[in-house]
Amino acid sequence: MPAAERIADPSREDAGLLRFLTCGSVDDGKSTLIGRLLLDTRSILADALTAIERTSRRRGLERVDLSLLTDGLQAEREQGITIDVAYRYFSTGRRKYIIADAPGHEQYTRNMVTAASTADLAIILVDARKGLLTQTRRHSTLAHLVGIPELVVAVNKMDLVGFSREVFDRIAAEYRDFAGRLGLREVRFVPMSALDGDMVVERGDRLGWYEGPTLLEILEAAPASGARPEERFRFPVQWVCRPHTAEHHDFRGYMGRVESGRIAPGDRVVVLPSGSVSRVRRVEVQGEARAEAVSQQSVTLLLEDDVDVGRGDLLVKLGEEPVPTRELTATVCWLGEAPLTRARRYLVRHATREVRAVLADVAHRLDVNTSEELPAEELAMNDIGRVTFRLAQPICPDPYVENRATGAFIVVDEATNDTVGAGMIG
Amino acid sequence: MPETNAARALSHLDWLEAEAIHVLREVAGQCHSAALLFSGGKDSVCLLRLAEKAFRPGRFPFPLLHVDTGHNYPEVIAFRDRRAAELGERLVVRSVEDSIASGRVVLAHPGESRNKHQSVTLLDAIAELELDACIGGARRDEEKARAKERVFSFRDELGQWDPKRQRPELWSLYNARIRRGENIRAFPISNWTELDVWQYIARERLELPSIYFAHEREVVRRGGALVPVTPLTPPRPGERVERVSVRFRTVGDITCTAPVESTARTVEEIVAETATTTVTERGATRLDDQTSDASMEQRKKEGYF
Ligand SMILES: Nc1nc2c(ncn2[C@@H]2O[C@H](COP(=O)(O)OP(=O)(O)OP(=O)(O)O)[C@@H](O)[C@H]2O)c(=O)[nH]1
Repeated sequence: MPAAERIADPSREDAGLLRFLTCGSVDDGKSTLIGRLLLDTRSILADALTAIERTSRRRGLERVDLSLLTDGLQAEREQGITIDVAYRYFSTGRRKYIIADAPGHEQYTRNMVTAASTADLAIILVDARKGLLTQTRRHSTLAHLVGIPELVVAVNKMDLVGFSREVFDRIAAEYRDFAGRLGLREVRFVPMSALDGDMVVERGDRLGWYEGPTLLEILEAAPASGARPEERFRFPVQWVCRPHTAEHHDFRGYMGRVESGRIAPGDRVVVLPSGSVSRVRRVEVQGEARAEAVSQQSVTLLLEDDVDVGRGDLLVKLGEEPVPTRELTATVCWLGEAPLTRARRYLVRHATREVRAVLADVAHRLDVNTSEELPAEELAMNDIGRVTFRLAQPICPDPYVENRATGAFIVVDEATNDTVGAGMIG
Repeated sequence: MPETNAARALSHLDWLEAEAIHVLREVAGQCHSAALLFSGGKDSVCLLRLAEKAFRPGRFPFPLLHVDTGHNYPEVIAFRDRRAAELGERLVVRSVEDSIASGRVVLAHPGESRNKHQSVTLLDAIAELELDACIGGARRDEEKARAKERVFSFRDELGQWDPKRQRPELWSLYNARIRRGENIRAFPISNWTELDVWQYIARERLELPSIYFAHEREVVRRGGALVPVTPLTPPRPGERVERVSVRFRTVGDITCTAPVESTARTVEEIVAETATTTVTERGATRLDDQTSDASMEQRKKEGYF
């Protein structure tokens, strides 16, 4: 059934949503791949296609340049470069996709870490003619660091190497070797031609020796966004609802999103950092009771006791409490123009809690090309390093490898209000 | 909404809904004085339902604000007022008409589209009401220049959007800290597409102004678009007036919003039509966006939503 009919069919199964990131060196074909995915899933509408056909002709190209579809802002178009993360959308009728497109130029680390922070899967593009490059290793290291659960290596431009199985196998073997050293889990490989479309959405008939799934089949089968009910329950309180109306006189609801795990009435919970204990009386949305709430749902929780809970507190299940700390050690990616130094005052935002922070120590800086640890006193923009902050009040973090929501924080510069750092705890 | 099956992931609409509620609650938690822009259009109708899910049984922690161009379809204005009353929430209306009367807005000619002049009225309202945040229903899929828009978009003292001052957004950790006079525009449905919006309207059985559904209307064909015949947009000499079954995909300033030919009379029929459409929402319906690829970007820099 074509995608369009599936979308309109109310009885269709819904396989949720997947967020993925495409990364590659300049000219590996990232924009072409995104254009191809949009085109072959019929997500490009006729007027948009006509517009890029016109531009392609004007530039004297023989065929439509699919990469024009993902062209960005005026300023960037004029300079011919892209400098930020752009988000694109398509749907197969079964599943909705959000693509984070981070271009590979000077500020790459910063852009890629930003795009990767919300991605469930990364597609690492390799030009079949060039094989693994320094950038390939850097992108893979970053994807691993930011904890993207699934990695797909797409060996592109197979049409330029005669669709050679040997070339593909050699690149895959070389990558496996590198991945092993990096400690990467399962990595998948797919040969393709983004330009012609082979193995992207359609199989084509020139890669007959490849028996694995197409890129789209891999995307369709990957675990959906936020599907982690097996993790520990974490509920950062965003807002306390106290209507003070006649009808809801004593109502006190704690509003937030279940970042991981699940919760049901009767569960015993601890309020952190205070440590008060209570029991969940009711789970509701817009006044309607729910049997339970699972990871990623935004709900309202009512407790049995009148404990003191406010924005910035964290609700967890009894026996699963993280340890409050005022010393925060983390891998930090620096995003700010001004370096991370002891001289400046920062705010750390962890879940819904914001606390003052100062830099206590930089243990080392990471060379993302070689994974080497280098001595450092400060971190400059695009640097990644091991850093310790001292906090004015405690926060209750999880190790990032265990929980991407409560294991992460951002650093805000108190003087400029800019977001200047991204931290992964542990 | 059906009972959640523990083993399965959230459906895409459930995920998008939960994300939007999270964003609304972050605005409430981080900003002191916000407003939700409500026009009566389909995107802002979704925002209202999301705000109900975010804050009920409490009241919304912000008023509704409409910047009225004075060129709206009366059905939409009536719907706007009724919805606000049904919800029991405060609706503040500021009008471009007043900005023209006070000389804050000067039209190039009387029939000019007032779409771009909304910026002045909006910025004045922000100053008058001392708002530090405005919540809007813009989506990243609407237009190329929006693909990089943040969920929390930063505007300077002049209401301008400077690409260089936008803050990186990681995980779901938003940073709404600003200085006095600066402003945050928050977009809870950034990640929704037009189709998601219609699917949500269908699922939640949301009511919409009647002009979203197919109806007979007098139009003329002009430059590939259908231009509705109204007192503000009379036919030009030589143009032939036809009665066509049409519906609006967006509702905005009468002078620059065109309907599409359609016989879809229910939300389900619109969902089916949207899934198979071949023309982008703005391409089909915005008479003022076709001038240049970059026209939206230009207007955003000037303080447009
Ligand atoms: N032959 C062949 N050419 C390809 C393929 N994929 C992309 N190209 C070409 O490679 C060039 C670069 O492709 P882009 O998609 O612009 O590359 P990119 O990685 O997005 O580059 P940046 O946007 O600069 O980061 C273009 O000329 C494409 O037409 C492919 O599968 N086969």
